[in-house]
Amino acid sequence: MSHYSFLSLLSGALGRHRRWSQAWRTPTPRKAYDVVIVGAGGQGLATAYYLAKKHGIRNVAVIDKGWLGGGNTGRNTQVTRSNYFWPESAAFYEHSLKLYEGLSRELNFNVMLSQRGILTVAHSHHELESLRRWANAIQVNGIDSELMTPGQIKKLVPLMDLEGRFPVHGGFIQRRGGISRHDAVAWGYARAANALGVDIIQQCEVIGFHRQSGRVVGVETPNGTIGAGSVVLSVAGHSTVLAGKLGLRLPINSMALQAMVSEPIKPCLDTVVLSPTVHMYVSQSDRGELVLGGGADVYTSYAQRGGLPAFQHNVTALLELFPAFRQLRLMRQWAGIVDITPDTTPIMGRTPIEGFYINCGWGTGGYKAIPAGGDTMAHTVATGQAHPLIAKFCLERFVSGALIDEGAAAGVAH
Amino acid sequence: MLQIHCPYCGMRDEEEYRFGGESHVTRPTLEASDVAWADYLFNRINPKGIAFERWLHSYGCGRWFNVARDTVTHEILAVYPMGAAKPQLSKVESAQTREPVSRAMRSVGEGLS
Repeated sequence: MSHYSFLSLLSGALGRHRRWSQAWRTPTPRKAYDVVIVGAGGQGLATAYYLAKKHGIRNVAVIDKGWLGGGNTGRNTQVTRSNYFWPESAAFYEHSLKLYEGLSRELNFNVMLSQRGILTVAHSHHELESLRRWANAIQVNGIDSELMTPGQIKKLVPLMDLEGRFPVHGGFIQRRGGISRHDAVAWGYARAANALGVDIIQQCEVIGFHRQSGRVVGVETPNGTIGAGSVVLSVAGHSTVLAGKLGLRLPINSMALQAMVSEPIKPCLDTVVLSPTVHMYVSQSDRGELVLGGGADVYTSYAQRGGLPAFQHNVTALLELFPAFRQLRLMRQWAGIVDITPDTTPIMGRTPIEGFYINCGWGTGGYKAIPAGGDTMAHTVATGQAHPLIAKFCLERFVSGALIDEGAAAGVAH
Repeated sequence: MLQIHCPYCGMRDEEEYRFGGESHVTRPTLEASDVAWADYLFNRINPKGIAFERWLHSYGCGRWFNVARDTVTHEILAVYPMGAAKPQLSKVESAQTREPVSRAMRSVGEGLS
């Protein structure tokens, strides 16, 4: 793998960009791997990278039915934050944000992290009270958060209508929150994992599993069986479909979560704005497009397009808060199939089936968790012991009742 | 936009309804183990394909009923009352394996009659 640097960029430019080497190989699958990861999204690729980098396990394959980063990793609104409520979530997502802060250097790939802050606004006195509690909990967890008065918000987001149908009574900001480029995160992990010997096998659907005396020892694909010492399932909305092939039932509901972008305009919004009441979040990408999203469609869906009511809700919520955006046209709209758990906390770690690990239940907020998810899953698979940060994210919590009811996962108030 | 045929009010837009999740989930006895109880409370089939679901006509008659729906195409395959058994959908193929939409619409009509 060639190292990316200013000099390599210069040499690439002088060579009219004809000499760039491929960022990753297209390998023929081996007969068997120590670890097979199903799903080449951010979580799966990051797990492979940290397995190779931190634990020396390089005989690893990441298998995907489509192309890498083509599912929810390439469909989210790129928000990175750690403003969670419960200590378990806060510790995990803060670890993730810290890894994001060093990710471009770690991967030698610019993920374009822009810590422009994420502002959560309240539209009533009572909501402000609950945001104060939330902001305070974040500080107690040792993470930055600051309360904002309407005056400060007006200065930060001049285009937002603070006295409209949804008056803004205040809010709080996590200044270290922000956005990054989601494709770059997938590509960066893929390239770095590939350089360490990981095989990334695209266009190869896992259709079943091979078992020997109860233990999972391989995955079935249309091209034959690939042996595996361990299998990690990182397939988001399709988790119940694949786990179901092993008779494993999961507390997951798959729903379509939409996002959309406007036509590009000059810089006008330099923070991420989130309103829990109208359930809408918006930021402006480096290309100038407004990127917005909201709540998921309200029924089970495996269609990556989303329905009209949720779409309309997102747009009307945006326009109530930013009337000036009314003149913009939308360029694109899409949906990803998100895997929602009853407590909106992910499910990570071992399963009752030997050799079979799951990393799912990210719901509407898995993007920000990619580095920590990969790091902790790699540790769990390599050592056989749950990483301390995800010990409580285990599947058994639904039996024991130790749920982590994390409303902040969707950015909504408690 | 889904259009769902409420058995009491007729065809209405999805915004009048509330999705109630998987239907035919049977509550275990009080002697059930923690594992069986957790399975009842939390685990769901979450199928890719035909799902049997509860829907509430919350902005209409306020009554619950069951819907058989394809979670990939969002096609409504059957509507049937609470407490009724799952309908036999063998005549209706999963829409994933079927091509023309017009034929799909006809077979839905047959399924409903």
